[in-house]
Amino acid sequence: MKRKVIEEKFFLVLMIISATLIVSIIVLILTSIIIKGFSSFNLAMVSQTPKGGYYLGKEGGILNAIIGSFYIAGGATALATALGIPVVMLMNVYLKADSKVSAVLRLCFDVLWGVPSIVYGAFGFTLMIFFGLKASLIAGIIVVSILILPIIIRAIDEISQTIPEGLFHASLSLGATKLETGFKVNAKQILPGILTAVLMAFGRAIGDAASVLFTAGYSDSIPTSLTDSAATLPLTIFFQLSSPIKEVQDRAFAAVLILTIIVLCISLLSRLLTNRHNKYKI
Amino acid sequence: MFKLGTSLRSRVRTNNLAYYLFYLIGAISASLVLVIGIGLLIKSYPIIESHGFFNSIFSIDWYPLKSKFGLLPFLVSSCYVSLLALIISVPVCLLTAIYLIEYASKKVLNLFFPIIDILAGLPSVILGVWGVIIIVPFIRDYLAPFFGVHSTGYSILAGSIVLSIMLVPNIILVFIEILKTIPQELREASLSLGATRWETIKFVVLRKSIPGIIAGIILGLSRAFGETLAVLMVVGNVVQIPKSVFDPGYPLPALIANNYGEMLSIPLYDSALMFSALVLFAVVLFFNLVSKLFLNRLIKYLKY
Repeated sequence: MKRKVIEEKFFLVLMIISATLIVSIIVLILTSIIIKGFSSFNLAMVSQTPKGGYYLGKEGGILNAIIGSFYIAGGATALATALGIPVVMLMNVYLKADSKVSAVLRLCFDVLWGVPSIVYGAFGFTLMIFFGLKASLIAGIIVVSILILPIIIRAIDEISQTIPEGLFHASLSLGATKLETGFKVNAKQILPGILTAVLMAFGRAIGDAASVLFTAGYSDSIPTSLTDSAATLPLTIFFQLSSPIKEVQDRAFAAVLILTIIVLCISLLSRLLTNRHNKYKI
Repeated sequence: MFKLGTSLRSRVRTNNLAYYLFYLIGAISASLVLVIGIGLLIKSYPIIESHGFFNSIFSIDWYPLKSKFGLLPFLVSSCYVSLLALIISVPVCLLTAIYLIEYASKKVLNLFFPIIDILAGLPSVILGVWGVIIIVPFIRDYLAPFFGVHSTGYSILAGSIVLSIMLVPNIILVFIEILKTIPQELREASLSLGATRWETIKFVVLRKSIPGIIAGIILGLSRAFGETLAVLMVVGNVVQIPKSVFDPGYPLPALIANNYGEMLSIPLYDSALMFSALVLFAVVLFFNLVSKLFLNRLIKYLKY
């Protein structure tokens, strides 16, 4: 009898240690990068583009990367949402719940979700060579939108499945077409959920480096057209951290801080939306 | 699109049109799996043709200038880093998942999930930076000297520590999903027979969820295999077969990321890199497909 109790106590302690370890590592990561970021942060960094080259120039900031990142992540999120919502409609409104096509589509998107972003980058690069495109804002947007398309589809799809079936049938019985039901009933019901999914995809888009490494290029100036190459925050961090000059490295840490704050805001915002979602659901 | 007063016929027509359009978009985006595979295959065909499939995978010579493209050092590094990361990550995640599902109060859960969410959303480059400023110096100054080895800190171990942290949200969420599908009645039956909570977990819950746990681990492995930047930043990137965890390594994704700039200037180089992308894609696809199909089945089976 006694051994049993000791064993249970032992494993319980082990479990609590594991859970605490995970939480404390996350806290350690956040505090150490935020402290490091703040100590190297100054206002010029977010208000200027790099002067004298991003790798060696001591002056200037990372405004080009901040704006480039928002362009790419914003454009890609818009594109992926525009393509993703129809697919979700197809799977949840037009096709029956147990349809084979839906099952195959879901599996495809699940698999695409798991494909590493470097593979998307390499694939995008092949496409660019094939079409004779240069590394540019538009190429970056397209590749990143391919990267986040499965995320958007599967995330909205998951929430769509929580819509009560009666609601759908009620709308159809009143004479609405499936399309009308999809947009006016279903989409309204899960709107906060859709926004959460879009935010999550935006977060993934703005943080991903491997896919834009090949496709968006890198430039010291703010892109003014879709065919300009564009800098992004993750690549700024990656390139500038390896620089031998301290001022440049500081810019990388400042970029880390900014990216972390953006990601934290997204996480907070989507949590607020999820809570709302749960409150107002029929 | 569908204003009041439009005729029924036009509403139905819009509805049907949208159906075909949506079907088209769905088919195109789902076929990306095939398109990516075929595209990479076409691009890597020159290297397969001139060097042979197995020769290029199982050769350890990587000298692009001499037209030698052996991927073995990269594959070994990738496996080394991924497996070590899983060995670090899985026990901790499993214990935590059991704690959260079987013991923890609602309060703990409400505190824990937002924190895990933050980690899940953290871009890999940030974890890479963290690895460079914390893990690498730690290994260089404390861990390696403790074991009596000299290391720059940029090593397989640093890569796998950073990777193991990245994997935590993925693995924990799969484990939790599995543990949740175990019917409550099973636990109650075991408890009512006089088993303690831990005995119930050990003999009933875990035994029942072992297949799911394995599928979760495979899913984690596929994620680990493809992770690029975080690992690339701390793993050292030296082309060799690493002999100990304190040696630097050079995983497959890092190879692709590091060399894209120069790949067009050396013949067959781009083909070799695309071939490594293809290998990566195939490995990840295989692991993913196996574990996803398996998990879907299992969850259905446990639920009904």
